[in-house]
Amino acid sequence: MDNVTLDTLTDWLSRFHAAVTERRDYLTELDSAIGDAEHGANMARGMAAVMAKIDVARPGTVDELLKTVGMTLVSSVGGASGPLYGTFFLRMGIACGAVCELTPEALGSGLRAGLDGVLQRGKAELGDKTMYDALFPALEAYATAVAAGSGAPGAIDAAADAARLGRDATVPMVARKGRASYLGERSVGHLDPGATSAAMLISSLAAAMAG
Amino acid sequence: MVGIVVVSHSPRFAEAAVALALEMVHGERPPIALAAGTEDGRIGTDPMRVSEAIAEVGSSAGVLVFMDLGSAVLSAELALDLLGDPGFEVRLTSAPFVEGLLAAIVGAAYGADLDRVHQEADGALLAKRMHLGGEDTALAPAPSPGVPGRSEVAG
Repeated sequence: MDNVTLDTLTDWLSRFHAAVTERRDYLTELDSAIGDAEHGANMARGMAAVMAKIDVARPGTVDELLKTVGMTLVSSVGGASGPLYGTFFLRMGIACGAVCELTPEALGSGLRAGLDGVLQRGKAELGDKTMYDALFPALEAYATAVAAGSGAPGAIDAAADAARLGRDATVPMVARKGRASYLGERSVGHLDPGATSAAMLISSLAAAMAG
Repeated sequence: MVGIVVVSHSPRFAEAAVALALEMVHGERPPIALAAGTEDGRIGTDPMRVSEAIAEVGSSAGVLVFMDLGSAVLSAELALDLLGDPGFEVRLTSAPFVEGLLAAIVGAAYGADLDRVHQEADGALLAKRMHLGGEDTALAPAPSPGVPGRSEVAG
């Protein structure tokens, strides 16, 4: 009864779309400090394309849904977040398989596979001031909560809290990846836009599960 | 001939870099495909377009892929994943964009194999480095911001 359904996952995407659209200017403002000032526009455009695509395709399984999301982001974003978020959803889809709902454990391993994909693609380490700094602690918190007997909604709440802390911890970091890395020490004192949208990704899932 | 793929955020930048390189080619041109800008004409890169570009210029001679920066590299790597096994060798090079493209396009036009074209592209900064005071200086780490470039060491 605690399983995560296809409808919940679709609601997740819809909420993530709403979040990046609503906070589009904020994400862009963060990105104007240490990037090309495109992150908000890129994510909003990518997720709008995703929603249009799944509205027409109406995927019937989790892998179909998530792979559609991944491929759409890959071809519609344009910046580094396209390959990164795209790989996240593609790998998560492959890991989840052709099922209609996910157990809390299966959701956790799906998210983990997505994160492994991000890591492989972006080659970031913790502390590099990237989306990985929000996602890694989030998935650790999720796994810890599930192992302690929590259901998926409780575990994803813990993950969302950890993602926000991870996001905030990027402020004093020196960027070591992407175009921000050319700024070196000058990137210190700014919140990382990728970690910020990644925290929104996890909190959107928490909101979808809370209903 | 080795195929060349040019991945850039900007179509104008990619076209200009290729035009500059082609000034050195007076005979048959190697196959060159651009994957620059997004589908809707913005600055950015598109992994799907990179896969198509690789397929367009691919042959048994192989393909060498140039990238400008940032997401161009991620897009090119993702394009290789999307492509699976294309039936010919594809390599991504960290060669300097302008100098490397020139060396590779000239090398490929003269019929050099993929190893040779790749090697010439990767070594393409050498002439500039030597001219500007030798390789050692060029390879030294850049001074940190705010630190004078020339230190005054008392004898």
